[in-house]
Amino acid sequence: MILSYFASLSLTSLLNKMPNALGQGLIWGIMALGVYITYRLLDFPDLTVDGTLATGGAVAVMLVRGAGMEPWMALIFAFAAGMLAGMVTGLLHTSLGIPGILAGILTQLSLYSINLHIMGKSNQPINVDQYRLVVSARYISGDALTKFKFYGGVILGCLILVAILYCYFGTEQGQAIRATGCNKNMARAQGINTNFHTVLALMISNGLVGLSGGLFAQYQGSSDINMGRGAIVIGLASVIIGEVLFGKFCEKRKMAFAFTMVAVIIGSVIYYVVINFVLWLKMPSEDLKLFSAIVVAVFLAIPYLKGKYGKKKGVAKQ
Amino acid sequence: MSSETKNYALELRDIHKVFNQGTINEKVALDGVDLQLEDGDFVTVIGGNGAGKSTMLNAIAGMWPVDSGSIIVGGADVTSLPEHKRAKFLGRVFQDPMTGTAATMSIDENMAIAARRGKHHTLRWGVTKAEREQYKEMLRELDLGLEERLTTKVGLLSGGQRQAVTLLMASLEKPNLLLLDEHTAALDPKTAATVLALSDKIIEEHHLTAMMVTHNMKDAISHGNRLVMMHEGKIIYDVRGEEKKNLHVSDLMAKFEEVSGGEFANDRMILS
Repeated sequence: MILSYFASLSLTSLLNKMPNALGQGLIWGIMALGVYITYRLLDFPDLTVDGTLATGGAVAVMLVRGAGMEPWMALIFAFAAGMLAGMVTGLLHTSLGIPGILAGILTQLSLYSINLHIMGKSNQPINVDQYRLVVSARYISGDALTKFKFYGGVILGCLILVAILYCYFGTEQGQAIRATGCNKNMARAQGINTNFHTVLALMISNGLVGLSGGLFAQYQGSSDINMGRGAIVIGLASVIIGEVLFGKFCEKRKMAFAFTMVAVIIGSVIYYVVINFVLWLKMPSEDLKLFSAIVVAVFLAIPYLKGKYGKKKGVAKQ
Repeated sequence: MSSETKNYALELRDIHKVFNQGTINEKVALDGVDLQLEDGDFVTVIGGNGAGKSTMLNAIAGMWPVDSGSIIVGGADVTSLPEHKRAKFLGRVFQDPMTGTAATMSIDENMAIAARRGKHHTLRWGVTKAEREQYKEMLRELDLGLEERLTTKVGLLSGGQRQAVTLLMASLEKPNLLLLDEHTAALDPKTAATVLALSDKIIEEHHLTAMMVTHNMKDAISHGNRLVMMHEGKIIYDVRGEEKKNLHVSDLMAKFEEVSGGEFANDRMILS
């Protein structure tokens, strides 16, 4: 029985899945950057993400289909829509004193209705033959030049985003955000308006998530009301995979922060490679989310358990 | 109202603050605090636990609004300003060395943030090359070997080093008032002495007006030109100049016993 199971696995079909894993991973990597900003820099577990991703998708598809906008320009609006969502979460938290996680959940829930309003129904297709989409899964199966343009373009886009974010978080404003995330007491004592910078960081983060959602909707040829479900877990998985695998490597670099962001994007690609791998191993696709959650839980637990049980060793050494 | 004609470095007028008002945990923290600091005053603040020393500093810093009274720093009424807007007037060093700096940011970034205290946070570079050179020089004077570790994350420094950096940060952009809230209490005695000496030096060099809360009566006598003692949210003793210099710990102890003992006697009287 085991033999027949292995015999049924085809290496070619695994390899055939990889181009899609790479494309998907890069696009979701932009969302992971957004999660990195809130989760790591701002120290704010932002659950808006699941809703924002679908909002980005809905905006990017409907502006093209409904308003005849150029697909690339629709992505800018997807970014802006994400920023708005982040602002709502930020204001719920800072101005109305709602705990961060709850503020994110409230925005996420309300976005479900808003996304339905934007799309008019739960799913809206967009055809790559009709519109000049920025990205499409179709490009992957195209000729060599199309493939090159797709991967080159997406990778270049990711690197440009990393460069912009790297520079931004080196400015006075970016440093104020980082100080807010690291130590609110210090930040306020140094005259930093922590509320304002919390909202600002949430806007940038959700803007990136919206952009990622817009790209992904164009990539898969439709926007779906459920496309963002579990996105926060995928984002966290990417951040953690990137940190665990490349953390040491990045730490020692001069531009450690830029390397870390690249590592997060690579983490997202690895996540999709792993997902495609377990699907190839015939894991039922309905178990995917359970699998993702377990993977993230395990990786989140590792540093804690290391600290708890690693300490005894340290004392013994002395 | 004649006092309004003169600009003090700090003026507290009848500050009141009650925590958890109307609950079983109600606590009168500040009960009519009046204080005027001249420019260049270096005041040490002593008092028992819960006397209101740190609370007074936190009220000045604006960690929460006071119930009544006004706080005037450098001639500006800051009573209704939020904490981050008062920051431009104030340099602050806290008891916990972790509080004054951002652990995940480098030494130069922390200092650059402090150099921009009270200014707008624009899209200009957070730290310039010229600043790095300047910080290097300042750190060299500390003589803690930090000048070669400009890009080290502050979280990797020892408590004493962090307090030293926080002190530098507090003086980078000259504050109207420096608030030291038991800033050596969490350090070992030797490091505490170093940080205390550094505080003296910085206050003198920059001609700062400063308030230092301490539990150590010896330190309270040997530092600064003025000493105030607090008890139950009030300032009950205020000495300066020669009179302060000639104080002994035993004098302060006696004063302490006088106020707490007196209270004890009063309680007894009420009970009997």
